[in-house]
Amino acid sequence: MARRPEGPPPPPVVQRVRLRFAKRGRLRFLSHRDVARTFERGLRRAAVPMAYSAGFSPHPRISWVGAAPTGAASEAEYVELALAVEVEPAQLQADLDAALPPGLDVVGAVVAEGTGLAERIDASRWVVRLPGVAEPELRGAVTELLRHEVVEVERATKDGRRRFDVRAAIVLAVCRAGNDTCAILELVVRHTTPAVRPDDVLTALGVVAGLRPSVPPEPTRLEQGRLRDDGTLADPLAPDRNDAGRLAGRSSA
Amino acid sequence: MSGQSLFARLEPLLPRVRRPVQYVGGEGNSIVKPWDAAVVRWALMYPDAYEVGLPNQGLQILYEILNEQPDVLAERTYSVWPDLEALLREHGVAQFTVDGHRAVRDFDVLGVSFSTELGYTNLLTALDLAGIPLQAERRGEADPLVVAGGHAAFNPEPIAGFVDAVVLGDGEQAVLGITDVIRGWKAAGAPGGRTELLARLARRRLVYVPAFYDVTYRPDGRIQAVTVNRDDVPTRPSKHTLSDLDAWPYPKAPLVPLAETVHERLSVEIFRGCTRGCRFCQAGMITRPVRERNIETVGAMIETGLRATGFSEVGLLSLSSADHTEIGEIATGLADRYENEKISLSLPSTRVDAFNVTLANEFSRNGRRSGLTFAPEGGSERLRKVINKMVSAEDLVRTVSTAYAHGWRQVKLYFMCGLPTETDQDVLEIADLAREVIRAGRRASGHRDIRCTVSIGGFVPKPHTPFQWVGQASHEVTDARLKLLRDTVRADKEIAHAVGFRYHDGRPGIIEGLLARGDRRVGAVIERVWCEGGRFDGWSEHFSFERWESACAAELEPLGVGLDWFTTRERDEREVLAWDHLDAGLDRDWLWADWQEALRGTELDDCRWTPCYDCGVCPTMGTDTQIGPTGRSLLPVVSVSAGTPVVAAAGVSVDGVDGVDIEAAPGGVEDRPAAGSRLRPAAVSSGTPA
Repeated sequence: MARRPEGPPPPPVVQRVRLRFAKRGRLRFLSHRDVARTFERGLRRAAVPMAYSAGFSPHPRISWVGAAPTGAASEAEYVELALAVEVEPAQLQADLDAALPPGLDVVGAVVAEGTGLAERIDASRWVVRLPGVAEPELRGAVTELLRHEVVEVERATKDGRRRFDVRAAIVLAVCRAGNDTCAILELVVRHTTPAVRPDDVLTALGVVAGLRPSVPPEPTRLEQGRLRDDGTLADPLAPDRNDAGRLAGRSSA
Repeated sequence: MSGQSLFARLEPLLPRVRRPVQYVGGEGNSIVKPWDAAVVRWALMYPDAYEVGLPNQGLQILYEILNEQPDVLAERTYSVWPDLEALLREHGVAQFTVDGHRAVRDFDVLGVSFSTELGYTNLLTALDLAGIPLQAERRGEADPLVVAGGHAAFNPEPIAGFVDAVVLGDGEQAVLGITDVIRGWKAAGAPGGRTELLARLARRRLVYVPAFYDVTYRPDGRIQAVTVNRDDVPTRPSKHTLSDLDAWPYPKAPLVPLAETVHERLSVEIFRGCTRGCRFCQAGMITRPVRERNIETVGAMIETGLRATGFSEVGLLSLSSADHTEIGEIATGLADRYENEKISLSLPSTRVDAFNVTLANEFSRNGRRSGLTFAPEGGSERLRKVINKMVSAEDLVRTVSTAYAHGWRQVKLYFMCGLPTETDQDVLEIADLAREVIRAGRRASGHRDIRCTVSIGGFVPKPHTPFQWVGQASHEVTDARLKLLRDTVRADKEIAHAVGFRYHDGRPGIIEGLLARGDRRVGAVIERVWCEGGRFDGWSEHFSFERWESACAAELEPLGVGLDWFTTRERDEREVLAWDHLDAGLDRDWLWADWQEALRGTELDDCRWTPCYDCGVCPTMGTDTQIGPTGRSLLPVVSVSAGTPVVAAAGVSVDGVDGVDIEAAPGGVEDRPAAGSRLRPAAVSSGTPA
């Protein structure tokens, strides 16, 4: 006869909190799994009243939305926490941020309202520093890339080596000069499957124009959200803030 | 300039290597102190990959103790994988610490903790990358002192040429004593250079300095004598023994890795030492006597550690944790206290008795009951008497019946192959035991879907044990016996599908045997293997038996000795062993007598509960067994105060807990007994998957 966990089922979820966090500096080398483990320990240290799954090995209920690749920094990662006790989001943000290592920084927290977080995100804005690459060289390569309709690259994914098009996902690609020896590439990329990452775009620049930086480029995700017609991104937490504002307004009225 | 961070030069290399996060530091509770504020600076190394080295308790303990001293700084360094090694060489970046990313060569001391002999080639990689001459005699005043410690360092002779000094035994007080001597010597203007510093350390009985001892050989290759060549240092350096574990509740704030490591949990050492007297077990011999942490300290360390780390699992560490005199109270107390916090508890359950199952049940009150592990070690009753592992087949069947009846779904059994006096028949009896276990499980659980995993390691004779004289079984013999056993299990329809079989190729064990019982002549073999590319020898994908074999042929055979001479050759009572001049506390005559008892199949009781049998440790070391019960409880919770500097102890002591792979059984975590004579589980597995 199979054993069953004793005792009552875990307490229900009473609140969902969405966080925006940054992955900065040397912590950009964290993989998604590393981030997830570090978060779970931070949540324990901060004594956040997480809701847990049922069963023999209960897990805190954490929903991740996308994840910047290992080696990429980000100012805009999102996660949703299911809580067993209601909390003040600002307090949670402060406590959790203090419990996480410097470089994993919680920069926003809202109570979830309305639609799912994943539905509000379909594109990312990236900035990629390319030390050792001069701006004209980058500009030439980008111009070449944008002239193509399809540019395929190959990358090892968790489903094995895959070949996929990079070009179609690129909404915007802008070059700037950081200084004489470092060009800067700004990208807006639509989320596709598999996700087109900055390193895929750089591979594509190598394919079409032979651009091969001698020093590894440094990508940072600046924003995620729903792509507007003008190429800008809508803040995915804005609807929650607005709903919260409306509710607050109503209760005070 | 000394002590500068190399990170800016390392950083561009990191996107090009596998799992770069292991090199960036920044772990929870890690410490970076200002370089100039420190008078004595230690680089602490675990000579294996970060994922293995980071959880090592010995290193974490010393790191914290040293950093608590206001004028001392300690940082950690680990072996870099070959992909980064190649890039460091290409770009001229030196071996670095993960805390401040400082060059290892800038430190006063490089302390290296060896849990296994297979880390020796990694020491050479680190020295070379650091820009420190491999040979101690070539080092100058600007080079750090290279100090070895850990269990493998109880016979440091094979690496005697590469290290300046060796710490035997518990490290806690030893590192403080060494620090004191260095502080004083530096304050005095470094009189006499490093030779005088080493002499001061040796005179204070803090370390063994190999250069102060000469070895001579007989024409037949055996050692003639090991003679001290200065009159101011001990003729027989001895081990350090920490005598009050409750006064040393380290680590108080364990490191929380960002990268994934082999043990993701809070480890709390509940006692040190073991007197079960298993004759194959080096750890049990060299860490005597038994010294318990009391239930209050254990409770406080767990509470403080959980708050400081956010870990969700606690492992109670020792060589045989069910032997703690208050383990029942500890188990119940912890289960009660953490029941609602989703904290899982685990315990090495190597003892075969029903009490162990009760403990495991308590630890998994609301958790999954997947695997329980027991270690009968020997297949036959006769062989278990030889190795002094007092377990009968009936004990085992009774114990596993209890386990299956309580909902445990899988039992793992650990054995060794190649034990002294072993025959094919002894090994084949492992199949009989497995059959009994499966039958008992089917009876107790009422269904046929019962699994048992048999895991077998090759026995490697180790120094300072009653088996230090035996001829190691050749890898051909070990491999043939394991094949015979596997074929027998597979041919048995009743159990073929219920028994999973895991074993290791016997060849790495032969090299471990060479390094474990080698003398100074083996140093040239290590260096040649390293020069020819030997790295990470504990990892099956990096280990090359052929490389070791050919290096032995080149370096040893001209001297009239060889790989077999060091491994499969039995020694007689009078032969001078390479480590005889190092005092681990054990009386040599007692070890020999115990070896003779082994051959007669005579068992020996545990001295915790029976009269002393004169192994020699307590009288020579001035120590005593320290066990409870104390009658106290886990409550009230008294937190271990974090960060309080401990006053530097005048004198002594040493490397602690080795990284023994003790793991807990409940919660499905695999359990490994801490025998000093096992191969690491990385190697080969075969047969039915577990």
